[in-house]
Amino acid sequence: MNILVVLRMVPDVVEELEIAPDGKSLDLEFGRMVLSESDDHALEQALLIKERSGGTVTALALEAREVDEVLFAALAKGVDRVVKITGPKEGATTREAAHSIAQVISSEPGLKGADLVLTGTQAINDLDGLMAPSLAQELSLPFLGIVTGLVPDSSAPSAVAVKEFPRGVGGEFEVALPAVFGIQAAEKPPRYVPVAKVRAVMKSQRIDSVSAAATEEPSLSLLLVLEMTKPQPTAHAEILEGSPEQTASALCGILAERGLL
Amino acid sequence: MGGATLSVGSSSPEITLENLLQHPKGQELLTCIQCGLCAGTCPYGEVMAYPPRRIIAMLRAGMLESVLTSDSLLACVACYSCMAKCPRNIQLTEVLLPLVKEQVFLRLAELPAELHKALDNTLRYGNPMAESPRKRAAWIKTVDFPIRILAEDPRPVDVLWFVECQNSYHPRGQDVSRATAKLFHVLGIDFAILGNEEKCAGECARLLGEKGLFETLTDYIMVVFSKYRFNRIVTSGAHAYDAFKHPYTAAGFKYEVAHTTPFFADYLEQLKSRLTRKLPYAITYHDSCCLGRHNGFYEQPRWLLQAIPGVKLLEMPHNRISATCCGGGGGGMWLDTYYKTKGYERLSERRVKEAVSTGADVIAVSCPYEISRFEDALKVLGYEKKVMVRDVTELLSEAMEV
Repeated sequence: MNILVVLRMVPDVVEELEIAPDGKSLDLEFGRMVLSESDDHALEQALLIKERSGGTVTALALEAREVDEVLFAALAKGVDRVVKITGPKEGATTREAAHSIAQVISSEPGLKGADLVLTGTQAINDLDGLMAPSLAQELSLPFLGIVTGLVPDSSAPSAVAVKEFPRGVGGEFEVALPAVFGIQAAEKPPRYVPVAKVRAVMKSQRIDSVSAAATEEPSLSLLLVLEMTKPQPTAHAEILEGSPEQTASALCGILAERGLL
Repeated sequence: MGGATLSVGSSSPEITLENLLQHPKGQELLTCIQCGLCAGTCPYGEVMAYPPRRIIAMLRAGMLESVLTSDSLLACVACYSCMAKCPRNIQLTEVLLPLVKEQVFLRLAELPAELHKALDNTLRYGNPMAESPRKRAAWIKTVDFPIRILAEDPRPVDVLWFVECQNSYHPRGQDVSRATAKLFHVLGIDFAILGNEEKCAGECARLLGEKGLFETLTDYIMVVFSKYRFNRIVTSGAHAYDAFKHPYTAAGFKYEVAHTTPFFADYLEQLKSRLTRKLPYAITYHDSCCLGRHNGFYEQPRWLLQAIPGVKLLEMPHNRISATCCGGGGGGMWLDTYYKTKGYERLSERRVKEAVSTGADVIAVSCPYEISRFEDALKVLGYEKKVMVRDVTELLSEAMEV
């Protein structure tokens, strides 16, 4: 079972986000980048499958700041090969990114013919969840999203995937392989990798770099960003000051005045 | 068994679990009389599958692998009790336990979620709380006199104050930082901080067995220290002090270092004339494991507290070398949920019950972990209106009219 995992770096919201001078995008030079949480789950799901049934796991990511640390950590966790895709501009739309990644998957030796392609269902900069279905479309593979469990059967080849629905309803799907899956959550939380293991991997293993050909299509998105702004406060909360008795009395007064008591 | 190593000084070869019993430091273990005092004094000794006595026995019997594949040592809160009470003076927490814990850590199938997050955050942000490293020094804007940051003003300074994570970010820790800054200021001490360049000293990572994270932080901090000229380092972190005083020496740390509590005790005579406000508190002092058992600072905090007018000092039955750990060391700070799931009593709750039994209305502390741990425990036990937790520096600051 050969598994590809697509990892995305997203802005780290521990730091304040800043708007770029063009007023239409994030200032990615100012902030930091972190592995998208659901992609971390996709990676964990791939490692769980490898541990259960054998096979290989390859992680792919578009070049971005701090991506090397993430790829080395993936190697330390048990990924067999990591590939960094260079070429596409930072801040590409999800569909543009999917196009570049699919192009590399289709052309790079060792990446073609994977049984499973996993990535996170959503990312904080892809709330529409377009990455997995876009990859499936580009690779002409079936797609299933919002997956929380995945058990492949290499003899079929097929996989039984658990998909979440609203109101706690879960569905089991048998999917013919190869296929693309959007992972909502791995069967277990992503594992911790001791720093010593990452440091050892940084000395002994390497990140393969593959360049993606420039896309010929002018734009793969119909969305046009007009303006990006920080949330503008329109009203402020009133803070009640004083002793607990004073603030309780003031609060009761406000509730009574507004007809709530 | 794996490649765990421990450097114990430039003249000795590195100790590993494989050569431990051939190494002079490891041969101390052969003198163990299996009296079990270590297990008896261990605050979680009764719940550990492998308390210290049994680990030594397993090592000597060639059966250590069972210990390494167990999660028993996650209950070790690195309180130094086993070492302090050992009648053969075996340096358990200096040699055997770090080596074993490192191997246990590497083999843990799953890390408890809070601990996992704290370690990830410490590596990425330099603090376990996932606070922005760019806001580490934000608290200094709440002090009404300027605090020098060395990156902005790198002139030589007398005291480099290493604030540490909890006192940089936690609201109650920031109270301690304001009090500490006031003491430096009032005493006329020339001091400065690293500001946003500072990161966690990593001592808890080491005592948990996350050696790689500890070494990463050590390497970083040693480079930052080397950029500036100062006479001495003073830190608010009892764990940071312990790290600088002991394991950092293997990385070349040769600076004079003090923790704030014994540091201010050295200025007691100058402070006394300033301590003019009467504080009508019955105070019980909780000995920090790092400052007390590991470094012997038992009396300094008590001298400071007794210098405050109006204070009545009460002792808990377990004090000084016998003090019960707050449960925060060795990663315990992020294992409360794990311990609760296992059905263990939280050590902070055990300690707070003891403090309340003295009749004290203030628990005085010197370690940044203890404030939030004891305040939480007081709330859990319903004592929060009866007893306060205050750092020694906060009480000194409160006792000053200015």
